Amino acid sequence: MTHHVSVKDVTADLLRQWEHDPYNLLQILIGVQQTFQHISTTAVDLIADKLSLPRASIEGVIGFYSFLHVQQRGLYDLLMSDNIVDQMSGSRELAGLLARRLDVKSGTTRADGAVSLGYTSCTGMGDQGPAALVNNRALTSLTPQRIEQIAELIEERVPLGEWPQELFAVSGNIQRRDLLLESDLLQGAAIDAVVSRGAEQILSELEESGLRGRGGAGFRTALKWRFCRDAAADERVVVCNADEGEPGTFKDRVLLQAYADRLFEGMALCAGVIGASRGFLYLRAEYFYLLEDLQQELQRRRDANLLGEDILGQAGFDFDIEIHLGAGAYICGEESALIESLEGKRGIPRIRPPFPVTEGYRGRPTVVNNVETLIAAAMIAVHGAEWFCSRGTDDSAGTKLLSISGDCARPGVYEYPYGVSIEAILRDCGARDVQAVQVAGPAGQCVPPSEFHRAIAFEDLSTGGSMMIFNQQRNLLNAVENFADFFVHESCGLCTPCRVGTTLLQKRLRKVVSGHATSEDLAMMRTIGSVVRESSHCGLGMTAANPILGSMEKFPGVYSEKLKSTGFEPAFDLDAALDEARKITGRDDAGAHIEGGGV
Amino acid sequence: MSKHLVIDGREIPFAEGETIMDAALAAGVYIPHLCHNPEFAPHGSCRMCMVTVNGRHSAACITPAAVDAVVENNTDALMAQRRTLLQMLFVEGNHQCPACEKSGACQLQAVAYYCGMLAPELTHLYPRREVDASHPDVAIDFNRCILCELCVRASRDVDGKDVFAINGRGIGTHLVVNSESGKLGDSLFDAGDKAAHVCPVGAILPKHRGYDVPIGERLYDLEPISKIGDVAAQEVD
Ligand SMILES: Cc1cc2nc3c(=O)[nH]c(=O)nc-3n(C[C@H](O)[C@H](O)[C@H](O)COP(=O)(O)O)c2cc1C
Ligand code: SF4
Ligand code: SF4
Ligand code: FES
Repeated sequence: MTHHVSVKDVTADLLRQWEHDPYNLLQILIGVQQTFQHISTTAVDLIADKLSLPRASIEGVIGFYSFLHVQQRGLYDLLMSDNIVDQMSGSRELAGLLARRLDVKSGTTRADGAVSLGYTSCTGMGDQGPAALVNNRALTSLTPQRIEQIAELIEERVPLGEWPQELFAVSGNIQRRDLLLESDLLQGAAIDAVVSRGAEQILSELEESGLRGRGGAGFRTALKWRFCRDAAADERVVVCNADEGEPGTFKDRVLLQAYADRLFEGMALCAGVIGASRGFLYLRAEYFYLLEDLQQELQRRRDANLLGEDILGQAGFDFDIEIHLGAGAYICGEESALIESLEGKRGIPRIRPPFPVTEGYRGRPTVVNNVETLIAAAMIAVHGAEWFCSRGTDDSAGTKLLSISGDCARPGVYEYPYGVSIEAILRDCGARDVQAVQVAGPAGQCVPPSEFHRAIAFEDLSTGGSMMIFNQQRNLLNAVENFADFFVHESCGLCTPCRVGTTLLQKRLRKVVSGHATSEDLAMMRTIGSVVRESSHCGLGMTAANPILGSMEKFPGVYSEKLKSTGFEPAFDLDAALDEARKITGRDDAGAHIEGGGV
Repeated sequence: MSKHLVIDGREIPFAEGETIMDAALAAGVYIPHLCHNPEFAPHGSCRMCMVTVNGRHSAACITPAAVDAVVENNTDALMAQRRTLLQMLFVEGNHQCPACEKSGACQLQAVAYYCGMLAPELTHLYPRREVDASHPDVAIDFNRCILCELCVRASRDVDGKDVFAINGRGIGTHLVVNSESGKLGDSLFDAGDKAAHVCPVGAILPKHRGYDVPIGERLYDLEPISKIGDVAAQEVD
């Protein structure tokens, strides 16, 4: 919040820091945003000039990311995490309290420019919500008292650096450890493995282990690395996907916080295997608070010759890692959109083929892996395939980290062998009276009690790790609506079905929730939903109708009890709209009513 | 020996590196499309060209042709899907066809006829969008833009001017003009640009040319789009 520095100087510094490289545009814009709470035309013009980019393209990048703004935001920019689990723990009420206390309407900036208030998609604190962000810093475990405290700090203009640290405390909450979190890994051991045993040995160890991607798609890691290694190129790239945008998941955050050394070990291992010299950690903006520690960890590894040139004395083994920040866009977790974002652009999923393993970052063969996958790979390189296969099922070797939140006594991160049943998990985390479990986030499935015997595994309930629990007191339609809103907010807008269809679904669903829908509306939701599912360009659109289609199938009761009995029902009830006029005029005769009508 | 794939039971030859759309266009097989124009790199955004390839839903304009590909294009299910996608495009913008100068020569309209789309049953979104008449020779009516990005591609890749860009996200995605005022009249745009001749709908229209061809005698009034092809290909430039 340094307002005495000039836009020109700061922008020029940022341009220099990022080497006047148009591929670093997003990082430069984030720097400007963080310093001035917006990106002014002065900054845009300067960047356009120095990077030779059209200003409309720069503005197009700003307009794509939720955390970049051309309009001035408040000195304190507050965003409440709006995931359903945050809502269940009272986030909406707290936001209301804050709005009243600070006299600022949600979605606006106060006239004196001191504060902005709004909502944002899940900030990855489901086990310690309600959560929020203030100028990119994570606030957790909010209570009415803390809201009061925050309001005071803001009104007294206390700089963020002087706020009580407990407001920003983020706990690890690891509730269950298994293979990955229990075993140790000596610093440098995995890199040493590839240096001493060679890439082929490591690849066959990984193949034998059956390791599959932990980010959602479950692609075989050894195969991905081999494709990349075999692609002809002078330079290859390793990317760690730390975008963790799936609402309700936070296990990568815990890994980044407590196991960053293992992650960097895994990235260097991958580099050694595929022959990469550049690495990127793409860190979601919500985890900005981890940046400094991660940078320090990288420096420690450079000092120990585990990064940099001639790693571990192996001539020509050069590899280093840069951290790039995201700026509020769930789609940037999709690997090709992530690469676009790394290249400083709007996060639009690419046309595939070509796949990133042959043409990724700047056209170079690129491996994109989830945080957990890279850590598992490092552990396998050291402890072996047999060690890894001692847990899990035939098709799903090893263990999975789950982020458990919602209605249970002990939310947090749980590491389980693949094959564990929902029942067993619910018992362990102290969940009672459960109505449903949302597995794999909004894009996943809502599982009813009749299916709690089902297992977490690629061949049954496949998941990136999010698991949200709803007890019998919850209104499931609230969750469905929250997920539908999420997809509207996060659609990148490239393709027709996802761009338009998510909004049309949201509107119909609101008609259901407000009690105005008929069975025809449900039929229309099915039609729209299946078109969105079948014709969308990427995984976001392909799964965006899941909350609605899935709940209509598995929980038909929550819909039928909301339906009007007639075939057609207008979204807007003309007669009801006249109610206020009737009250004012004191009339209630036949002439003061309208039968039917509406749109 | 030339390679073949199968579209709706018909063997179609293709060359290495071609997409299903390329092969279909070359063979005179019509796959409905809006954002595709063979002069530009494929975009894959309108999804009108959705077909099934060995049972899998794929966009023909971005899916490589392959010898083992059995493609279904003209099926009831796919035509129904296209009708819904077309309706989405109609309700997303403001399309008053009877009052549009492009009526009869508009690809959105023509594909809708071809696919049998009647009046939209979906909820109209009625967005508030502008008309930009600042340029002496060409007007843009953003109400009719379907975000195919053909003008963006043409201006960037052929004209080398980057007159157009995309801003926003999701349903808020919109076309913008690269100039200080954001107006076309202040940009480098010229009526002779390639970008002035690629819009498949009535969003980018030449001025001073009101209803030269009477309605009823326009491009798609005479022949269906499946026979006559894209409107951009008819432009003499
Ligand atoms: C909309 C969308 C969001 C995604 N978000 C993430 C994410 O936050 N983290 C992640 O690791 N993978 C995410 N993925 C999956 C990635 O595209 C990719 O498959 C993964 O990073 C590959 O790593 P893995 O093989 O180690 O799982 C997402 C996919 C989609 C379609
Ligand atoms: S499916 Fe959605 S997120 Fe994916 S490309 Fe299409 S609009 Fe973008
Ligand atoms: S103005 Fe026309 S060519 Fe440009 S994006 Fe819109 S519809 Fe496509
Ligand atoms: S023509 Fe293929 S997606 Fe538009």
